[in-house]
Amino acid sequence: MMDKTIDLDIRRQDTPYSPPYWQGFSIPYREGHNVVSALMAIRELPITRNGDRVDPVAWEFNCMEEVCGACSMIINGHPRQACSTLIDTLEQPIRLEPLSKFPIVRDLMVDRSRIFSDLKKVRAWIEIDGAWDIHEGAPRISPEAWKENYLYSRCMSCGCCMEACPQYGPEKVFVGPASLAAVRLMNNHPTGSYLKKQRLHAIMAEGGISDCGNAQNCVRVCPKEIPLTTAIGELGRQSSLQLLRDLFGKSQ
Amino acid sequence: MKRPRKVIVIGGGLGGLWAALRVAEAGHQVDIFSLFEVKRSHSVCAQGGINACFDTKGERDSVWQHIVDTLKGGAYLANQPPVKSMCEEAPGLIRTFERMGVTFSRTAEGLMDLRLFGGVKNRRTVFAGASTGQQLLYGVDQEVRRQEALGRVQKYEWWEFLSLVKDGQGVCKGIVAMNLRTMDVKSFRADAVILASGGMGQVFGHRSTNSTNSTGTAACRVYQQGAWFANSEFFQFHPTAMLGDDKTRLMSEAARGEGGRIWVPKDPSDRRKATQIPEHERLYFLEDWFPSYGNTVPRDVASRAIWKVIHEMGLGVGGEDKVYLDLTHLNPGFIEQRLHAILDIYRKFHGADPVHEPMEIYPSAHYAMGGLWVDFENDKTDGGMKPGSPRNHATNIPGLYACGECDYGYHGANRLGANSLLSASFSGRVAGEAVSNYLKGLQDELQAVPEQRFNDEIARQRTINKQLTETQGKENPYTLHHELGEIMSSQVGVVRDNTTLQEALSSLQDLEQRSQAVSLRETNTWSNQALVFTRQLQDMIKLGQVITASALARDECRGAHYKPAFELTQPKDAYPGDPAYEAYREAWKQQNEKWLKTTITEQSDSGPLISFQPVDLSVLPPEEPRDYR
Repeated sequence: MMDKTIDLDIRRQDTPYSPPYWQGFSIPYREGHNVVSALMAIRELPITRNGDRVDPVAWEFNCMEEVCGACSMIINGHPRQACSTLIDTLEQPIRLEPLSKFPIVRDLMVDRSRIFSDLKKVRAWIEIDGAWDIHEGAPRISPEAWKENYLYSRCMSCGCCMEACPQYGPEKVFVGPASLAAVRLMNNHPTGSYLKKQRLHAIMAEGGISDCGNAQNCVRVCPKEIPLTTAIGELGRQSSLQLLRDLFGKSQ
Repeated sequence: MKRPRKVIVIGGGLGGLWAALRVAEAGHQVDIFSLFEVKRSHSVCAQGGINACFDTKGERDSVWQHIVDTLKGGAYLANQPPVKSMCEEAPGLIRTFERMGVTFSRTAEGLMDLRLFGGVKNRRTVFAGASTGQQLLYGVDQEVRRQEALGRVQKYEWWEFLSLVKDGQGVCKGIVAMNLRTMDVKSFRADAVILASGGMGQVFGHRSTNSTNSTGTAACRVYQQGAWFANSEFFQFHPTAMLGDDKTRLMSEAARGEGGRIWVPKDPSDRRKATQIPEHERLYFLEDWFPSYGNTVPRDVASRAIWKVIHEMGLGVGGEDKVYLDLTHLNPGFIEQRLHAILDIYRKFHGADPVHEPMEIYPSAHYAMGGLWVDFENDKTDGGMKPGSPRNHATNIPGLYACGECDYGYHGANRLGANSLLSASFSGRVAGEAVSNYLKGLQDELQAVPEQRFNDEIARQRTINKQLTETQGKENPYTLHHELGEIMSSQVGVVRDNTTLQEALSSLQDLEQRSQAVSLRETNTWSNQALVFTRQLQDMIKLGQVITASALARDECRGAHYKPAFELTQPKDAYPGDPAYEAYREAWKQQNEKWLKTTITEQSDSGPLISFQPVDLSVLPPEEPRDYR
């Protein structure tokens, strides 16, 4: 009888400029394997199911605790974190693909730098006078407000929501759900709200909130269960009010 | 007119980003080099919180008590003025984080809430849910992004630091780094370099709670160029880490705090499910051996007890290296509410529910107290560290600074829980300010160093890459990493003795030889992860030697470094004033006389060279031994 194996089909690409291809791997079954540890087994002995010795599969990983956001990939059709995806929960052969909305670097590695430049575009920061003690903290925040803000502050820029969003892509300018949620988080901080108008103007421009098609895919795939659509809904109202203020000249 | 100066920061975790921020705010240009997008740095893994005395819980907590707890917890091995300054400035640092928008958990009145942490009596730990490190890092990350938008900071993400470039006087004037996508090797000029490359848990292989990129490689590379390591033998092992082939994941101390019990079956060959083993056939060894503290003994004590039950008594569960951490006797609703985050990690990664079956755990390499040696200037006016002094956080290589977990500064022989986020942030800020002042004293021009020096170093690094790529040896770098982890965790781990350490040292030398004869099995010249890993592996093996040689040199028990052959036991039932206790105190003082010194390790042709330096004890002279009774 054949020993139990873990079978994976992996979409590979040698460079950003070369064509993709698929390769199948089978590794001995072990209890407790997740997708990253299975890829680690493959990199140690990169032999395909057909017995060909090949270059090891390249992919990104770091914390292995689903908190750094590095190991996003498409697993059996769903964008998710490879480290927290247990093999035993997956149908085999397991299909691994790189995120499709970002430029491919190699194999399962993609270039997600756009996520971070979009955070710049929407001014996802609080302007402080400087990183020194001014002998007072930020204004108080109620436990209720904290609870809501905390949901959004755990966004690890993994890119899963962008992958799932039909409006986000290499040819499109939409900043995507995560960047919008960052605006919501900053606007709700007591001093962060001082820049609320500028952030709203940033997302009322091209590639902003009006590009959201309300497919609601983002909230379904977020590994941290961040209520992205709630944030977008809130921002929609705020933007409408801002538009009226802009038209009728009321400040803030 | 003064030209703007250029500073390179290596590493984008809490330490690196704080340093970058302060240098940029001082008006200088900063280049940040990181192996990945800085937001993915290991700082995000810290869960519990960050210590700062706010005394908002009616417990009369004081900054002085924070200083005392930190120094005593570290068995007096830390230089005291920097610790004093860190604790004094902690509240101001937290207030700054708060202004950056960090989502600290709140009291009903809207103030930052405080929680209790191990090794202290008062509530002093500020936290943001169960993801404090992540929240703190994101706060600084946002501010650095703002500086980036203003053009003061440039990020080189997906670049790996390879080596320093020095001028004719040995002053650090730039670096050579490798692009992790194109594998291109390039040089970068700088007026100063700040190393903030984090921890080195990967030296212990997968038996570490650290991220896979916490290899210590960058620190090891500057060590090989003359920087000193200090106190490298002090490595904290966390007693309760979840098992895993890829990594051991931390199960917070809170599990024991809320009533979790640690046990093994009395018969190691017992194959029944844990829940089917009757109470009288279980050994609750912590409760048996430490009746007053039971399961809540400090980290180092728990780690040693687990080590003993497995390796000396042969009682690991099913004959393997693991013991049970049991929550199943507790009310499911109660533990769900109190321990949700860690229950979730266990369920997610182990696929089993700790509410219904005991967790399987084992001690795991968690935090390096030691690291690159850094200087400080004593402030004669208040006994702390002199603010802004260019000596603060300077390594022994002029122009090279170090901060964060890669330095050795604040934790002595053992670190208190929730002091690591504090030291990472504080030291980053201090290093940034020190460098800004170092730049003021610089006379020479950035272009003064001849291009030849940079080109020579690039050529040297390219040759290393070429040789490694072309070697057709029989060794597999990933297999060697497993072996390194096994050597380090079994022979240089929780319990140490000189014979085993000698053996480890020779095994590591053997491993070093073998790591030269690898086959990369990688023909692609684009994003060649095998090449990158093999270079890191060679440096990790070197670091293993540094740790082992330092451990061999220190013949005593202090903090996390435990060598039972030299143990000084506290007399039972004797207290200060009793003759037996006073005799013990005297012996303890004599031991301090001999061993209360900083271990310095220097690279030499014949391996790590050990020497010792005095510790600055000007704040709290060591009169009282640690006493957890």
